[in-house]
Amino acid sequence: MAKKIDSQDSAGFIGWIDERFPLSSFIKNHLTEYYAPKNFNFWYLFGALALFVFVMQILTGIFLTMHYKPDAAQAFASVEYIMRDVSFGWLIRYMHSTGSSLFFVVIYLHMFKSLMYGSYQKPRELLWIFGVAIFLALMAEAFFGYLLPWGQMSYWGAQVIVNLFAAVPFIGPDLAEWVRGDYLISDATLNRFFAFHVIALPLALAGLILTHLIALHEVGSNNPDGVEIKNYKDKKTGIPLDGIPFHPYYTVKDLIGLTVFLIVFASIIFFAPEMGGYFLEANNFVPADPLVTPSHIAPVWYFTPFYSILRAVPPILNSQFPGVAAMGLSVLIFAFVPWLDKSPVRSIRYKGILYKKWLGAFVVSFIILGYLGTVPSTIWGQFPMILPLLGGSDVATVAARIFTIIYFSFFILMPIYSKKSITKPVPTRVTMK
Amino acid sequence: MKSIIILIFILIQSPFIFASEDIYLEKAPIDLSDQPSLQKGARTFINYCLNCHSAKYMRYNKLLDIGLSKKDIKDNLLFTGKKIGDPMEISMPVAESKKWFGAAPPDLSVVARSRGSDWIYSYMKGFYRDSSREIGWNNIVYVNSAMPHILWELQGEKELDQKTGKLSLIKAGKLNEKEYDSVITDLTNFITYMSEPGQLKRKKMGFYVVGFLLLLLVLTIKLKKEFWKDIK
Repeated sequence: MAKKIDSQDSAGFIGWIDERFPLSSFIKNHLTEYYAPKNFNFWYLFGALALFVFVMQILTGIFLTMHYKPDAAQAFASVEYIMRDVSFGWLIRYMHSTGSSLFFVVIYLHMFKSLMYGSYQKPRELLWIFGVAIFLALMAEAFFGYLLPWGQMSYWGAQVIVNLFAAVPFIGPDLAEWVRGDYLISDATLNRFFAFHVIALPLALAGLILTHLIALHEVGSNNPDGVEIKNYKDKKTGIPLDGIPFHPYYTVKDLIGLTVFLIVFASIIFFAPEMGGYFLEANNFVPADPLVTPSHIAPVWYFTPFYSILRAVPPILNSQFPGVAAMGLSVLIFAFVPWLDKSPVRSIRYKGILYKKWLGAFVVSFIILGYLGTVPSTIWGQFPMILPLLGGSDVATVAARIFTIIYFSFFILMPIYSKKSITKPVPTRVTMK
Repeated sequence: MKSIIILIFILIQSPFIFASEDIYLEKAPIDLSDQPSLQKGARTFINYCLNCHSAKYMRYNKLLDIGLSKKDIKDNLLFTGKKIGDPMEISMPVAESKKWFGAAPPDLSVVARSRGSDWIYSYMKGFYRDSSREIGWNNIVYVNSAMPHILWELQGEKELDQKTGKLSLIKAGKLNEKEYDSVITDLTNFITYMSEPGQLKRKKMGFYVVGFLLLLLVLTIKLKKEFWKDIK
């Protein structure tokens, strides 16, 4: 941490401000004299990108709110009004819809980085938990926002998810009704989801992101080698030998990443805003109709791994609750990772092959579960009837069950394999690979 | 490696390929930059479709963008009493049309985005005579569709060969097959245009934006190299 500076350090207007507000010291502490390890690689880009996308979602969201009407009778029409009659409304709307999908892309890559380099290990447990909380809030934010266009997928997607609450023992049906504010998804639901989407959750997200950053700047960034740069400091200045000021080094480096991101982002917005039905689903161009259930209801792609887990768990005693509980656990279990990982080293570079295999299996399960969540469970047909046990059941459902088991095993068995996995010697200082 | 390629191949397929039943859809040979085609399509749409179907998010003045003049729109395409800035609404009440057809004809503003252009093209070519139905028509793309064949005078009447599943002409219409296909192509072209009138402008703008970003990328890479040259 940089020393607190006196007002004499700066003169003129900035000096005048510094006597009244810690402007210069803030910039020093968090940018120009915030020392980050010099060996960040590609994976360390996504935190900054996530912040960028968050700000962009807020800004585009503000402009959308100026024209959108949270009213069951007008919502669908107001979105088309934005797309056609509002100047550059189409651009703002596509930025927002594409931004939400890319937010999840960025967050998933950011989380994967932490899993690879052990960025949750001591002393970064709280940093990680704030991150998991951001992920949860982001999922809620996306879910509430998805109802707003009031298309068929919005409506029936919300119907399916809110009905999950009905599976909770004893209080379920009342709980679902309380969430909806009605006996079915209706104008009342749309209005409250709008309130959650435009103020409650963005506010919570902003607060959580702030605490995430405070925690990060308290403990300092981890790096691909997983060694503490604070252990080797310059004796005179107290600056970590392997640290470089975040600004200008990482601001200019992140600018490259940001530009590449913007190229991908712009290519989607301008040339394929629907992204083949993954970002904007075809059925959502049909206005919500409570009387017509679509033949296939699937959530947006970023929820599908968890949705697959929900569908994979069979009902017990006619109750869907085990599936709902498994889905909830599949997200919450991330919070326990700091205590599940018993490995003496942080980074995957020095963890053994066993850990790498498990992480690989987890990623493959996540992707396959994600794919299976977008398609009907009959997609791969049925096992032939002559097979014992499996005969007649959907191949995709059985596959989803297997990958669900692998998904959870990654976490539950982590204390065992992370301890058993033979590690490589960790260097004392960071390496520039 | 092989499994990864297969996985990627599966994942890039749209989920909606699997959503519908096995209907063979013909590829609609449309071209959104073909203004005469869009104009002909707009005329067909307004004369034939816009009596039962509305397109309430589409305004008449958007037709200026496809090369029609104000005078042309006012004299030939606007219904009496409408203004050029008005949306394409119809006067048929939904409750009544439900009684007549069994289902209210859907609004067509964004139908090309929910059904797809190929579906519309194939649907408009998929009508055949079916005496078992009250309306006298059926459709191979959308079985038991509530819509009668509005363009039958142009296409003529077809019949379904139950064995091959193919349609054959039993009574000629005013147009031959090629001419009818061209009418449907223009119509599909217009309906696709109407689903997002700004889409051509969007794509054009995209080239400039991505071009600018590529230039910016070169600069940011050079900037980073300059700053980082002393970091070892």
